This record gives sequence, structure tokens and C-alpha cells, in this order.
Amino acid sequence: MKDHYDVIVVGAGPGGSIAAKTAAKEGLDVLMIEKRQEIGDPIRCAEGVGKFHLKQHIEPDPRWICADVKGSCIISPDGTKVKMAEEMSGGEVGYVLERKIFDRALANESALAGAEVMVKTRATDLIIENDTVCGIKLMHLGKMHEVRSKIVIGADGMESKVGRWAGIETAVKPSDMETCAQYLVSNANIDQEFCYFYLGNEIAPAGYVWMFPKGGNKANVGIGILGSKSGEDRPIDLLNAFMEKNMPDAKIIEMVIGGVPVCGTIDRTIANGLMLVGDAARQSDPITGGGIINAMDAGKIAGEIAAKAIRNGDCSTDTLQEYEELWRKTIGKEINNSLIVKETFVKFTDEDLNSLAYSLKDINFTSMSLLDLLKALFKANKKLLWDLRGIFKDFIKNDVDFKYKAE
Amino acid sequence: MSISVNKYICGYCGACVGVCPTGALELVETWIEVDNKCTGCGICQKICPLGAIEVNR
Ligand SMILES: Cc1cc2nc3c(=O)[nH]c(=O)nc-3n(C[C@H](O)[C@H](O)[C@H](O)COP(=O)(O)OP(=O)(O)OC[C@H]3O[C@@H](n4cnc5c(N)ncnc54)[C@H](O)[C@@H]3O)c2cc1C
Ligand code: SF4
Ligand code: SF4
Repeated sequence: MKDHYDVIVVGAGPGGSIAAKTAAKEGLDVLMIEKRQEIGDPIRCAEGVGKFHLKQHIEPDPRWICADVKGSCIISPDGTKVKMAEEMSGGEVGYVLERKIFDRALANESALAGAEVMVKTRATDLIIENDTVCGIKLMHLGKMHEVRSKIVIGADGMESKVGRWAGIETAVKPSDMETCAQYLVSNANIDQEFCYFYLGNEIAPAGYVWMFPKGGNKANVGIGILGSKSGEDRPIDLLNAFMEKNMPDAKIIEMVIGGVPVCGTIDRTIANGLMLVGDAARQSDPITGGGIINAMDAGKIAGEIAAKAIRNGDCSTDTLQEYEELWRKTIGKEINNSLIVKETFVKFTDEDLNSLAYSLKDINFTSMSLLDLLKALFKANKKLLWDLRGIFKDFIKNDVDFKYKAE
Repeated sequence: MSISVNKYICGYCGACVGVCPTGALELVETWIEVDNKCTGCGICQKICPLGAIEVNR
């Protein structure tokens, strides 16, 4: 560790690793720190990603791919099933990853690109002078150090403190956080090419239960409920109840817990000398809970803008504003559309959900696009979904779609 | 007012840190540390997926 770098990245998740790799490739002197001693472990993720978007960042590698997914199946409270599958050749649109290996592979890529990586190293504060972030304070093996940099990229995930230290309010309200529990189970006995989503206010208040195939008859079976609905019954209790009823033969081999911010875009993700990416910037999708690809997309933009700012010798918000604009135009648009969908759906009763599912039961979906699903839902249920009308215009105008679309 | 986190229940996921309005919590290694900014509001207790937090009033 030196006492000065061009860029310090805090957090070695997908967002941090892509930011560090991008910045290092641009020729910058980069330090990425991670407070855990093992990158990627324990996971806080159901590990589903869209193939197309993943490939923009890294060549798929069988070492961290557990399952190839070609469709999803949504199950309403009364058991009505809505199936969506890609019928294109090749078929598979998504992967279920092994994030412990995936996150390490990404960190390794940033190291190979020239970034210095330190584990078991925790940022404890920012160095701020003249209203500008000039580095971080960190603890490594019990000792405090100060390391300076021209730019700090906060990629410190859901529990992010970096933004707050710079005066950016990132605390999430309980009504804007899905609180989650998940088991990795063997003997899952599900179709290994499908992701399953169980809806219902009894099963998962203002959330859902998911089953993602993990290969070899294994699956990630998890639940997310809105924090404001948690209390008496916590995610872990509801998950146990679901398992008992629906998967009595499954054997639990791992437990995963965590929170997913579903607040939509926050007001500010930059300060002088600072950018926030990924979950630290609350860039996860409010409806799917997906945040891996958004974190990587944002990390890439942040790495590029860091290089530009340092070349121009101006790391103030004047230059970093471009990061803010670029991610809002792409990721931000999708997040805010998803937020409208989420706010509409959390209000539905089980009867509403049943009748929505029923209205789709004769439709044969040949794509896994959430937009196609919403369009069909809207067509059949204009009254119930009137609040969503605006987003279709926006989707068409801006040619954006949710992260799960195929090529 | 303060909180106590049962380290035998806690799964060090950091969800409580993300919702604490005063920034009183920090996930350090495999445990949660609470500092004197805690107001005892109870939000962290509500969010914890495992129920590891208790607010002492
Ligand atoms: C139950 C659950 C299921 C999910 N399922 C999916 C899914 O199927 N698909 C999907 O795309 N997304 C999913 N997500 C969301 C996804 O996991 C996150 O959006 C993604 O990991 C965000 O990446 P990131 O790089 O921003 O942050 P993270 O991956 O959280 O990485 C942040 C890193 O920063 C480190 N760190 C934090 N503070 C410090 C500090 N002070 N100093 C040093 N290091 C620090 C952390 O230890 C961590 O390693 C899920 C989340 C949960 C909780
Ligand atoms: S939310 Fe609960 S399990 Fe997660 S870190 Fe906080 S106390 Fe531990
Ligand atoms: S009780 Fe409130 S202030 Fe105290 S740690 Fe929990 S969330 Fe933070």
C-alpha cells in the first residue's frame, strides 16, 4: 500500500471490481479495498443475471455459472401459473451464478488490469479538505492508515457509509427496503431451466418467494418482504413456513440473508472527489431486486469518468456530473420505471393478483421480457393498472427494457 | 436508550446498517457495532431478517 493513488475504490463487489478494472485499464493508479477477508463470501444474493448484459462486462465462464435459464414462471396466490419462456434458438436468457467465485473472478480481473487489491481492509472515514474528498482512513489488521487519492469510488454496497461520510443521505426507509432470507437447498426437484416466483400477501407481504435453479437438483429458495411489513413474522419465519409447505423434501445446505434497497434513484451520488456506484448508490431494481448488472454498468461509467476527470485535472462535481447524468439516463430510467411498477404491485390484494394472473393464463409468452408481461397485463387489466400507463410511453420512447431481456 | 445485537443470531448481512437513520451502526468483520448516535428508534430491529436486534428502552 502506498500513501497516494489516483483512485481508491471502497468495496470489492461487482460494482467496485468493474470500476477498479476500468480505471486501471485507463492507466490510472488504483487501490481497491475490501473489508472482508474473503471476497464474495458470504453472499447476499439469489444470483440471477441476464446473459446479454453480463456479456458486456465479462466472458461467461463455466466455473461460476451454475444454471442456464430459459424462462420464468409466476405463481399467483391461488396457484394460477403464468409461464414465460424464450423460444429463440439457444433459448437461455439468463444465468444463475456462483457469486463466491464470480466476485473473485471480477476482483482478479481488476488486479490483472493493474489495480492493487487489499482484503481485510476497512474504510473507516473519508479525508475531506476544502469540501473535497481527498482520500480515506482505513483499518488493516488492527492498524489505522490514511491514504490519499484524487477520486474515491464508494462501492460499499447496501451497508454503505462512504456516501454518508460525504454528506450524501443514503439511509433507506424500512418501507423502501426488502428484507430477505434464502436457503440454498439440494433435492430441490424443480425444472432447472426455470425461475419461479410465488406471489401473495400471506406467503410474502409486499414481496415474493423465488426459486432459482443452481444446477444438480439444487436451488436458491428465498423470500423478500417489505421492511415495513416485517416484525411478527420475519423473512426467516415465512421462508421456513413456505419450505415446509412447498418443499418438504428439500435439504438446506446454506443460509443467506440481506436487504435490497427498493427506494428508486436517490437525489445525489457524487461529491467533489467522490462517486457512488451499485448498491451504495441504491441502484438496484425495485421490482426484480436485481443489482449485479446495474452495479457493473455504473462501475464502468464511474471508472471512465474518473479517468477523464484526472486527465482534465478537475475532480470536482463539475466533471463528475457526467457520471451522474450517464447513469441516470440508462440505469436510472429503468429503476424509476420499476419503482412505479413496484408501488402499484405492493398495493394489490391477493384477489387482485389472482385475477391478474388469470387474465394471462391463455397467453403464450415467447419472451421473458418484463415489459412484454406488463404490456399484456395492461391490455387485459387497464383499470387495475392505470397507474402504469406512463411507463409504456417511456419504454418505447427511450427504447429501454428491464435487465432480463434477451439479445 | 440503546440496542443489543445478539451475535449468536446475527448473520452479518448489514441490512440494519443500511436503514439506521443516524448512522449509529457499522458492520465490522462478522459483528455489528453500535455507537452513541443510536436514538433507540427501533428501525433496525424491524428490518433484521433474523430478529437479532433488541431495543432497550
Ligand atoms: C437476498 C438477495 C437476493 C438478491 N438477488 C439478486 C439477483 O438474483 N440478481 C441480482 O442482479 N441482484 C440480486 N441482489 C442484489 C445484489 O446482490 C446487489 O445489488 C449487488 O451485490 C450489488 O453489488 P455492489 O458491488 O454494489 O455491492 P456488494 O456486492 O454488496 O459489494 C460491496 C462490498 O463492499 C464491501 N464493503 C462495505 N463497506 C466497506 C468498507 N467500509 N470498507 C471496505 N469494504 C467495504 C462489502 O464487504 C462488500 O464486499 C440480491 C440481493 C439480496 C440481498
Ligand atoms: S440486519 Fe440482523 S442479521 Fe443483518 S447484520 Fe443487522 S443484526 Fe445482523
Ligand atoms: S435503534 Fe434506530 S438509531 Fe439505534 S441503531 Fe437501530 S436504527 Fe439506528
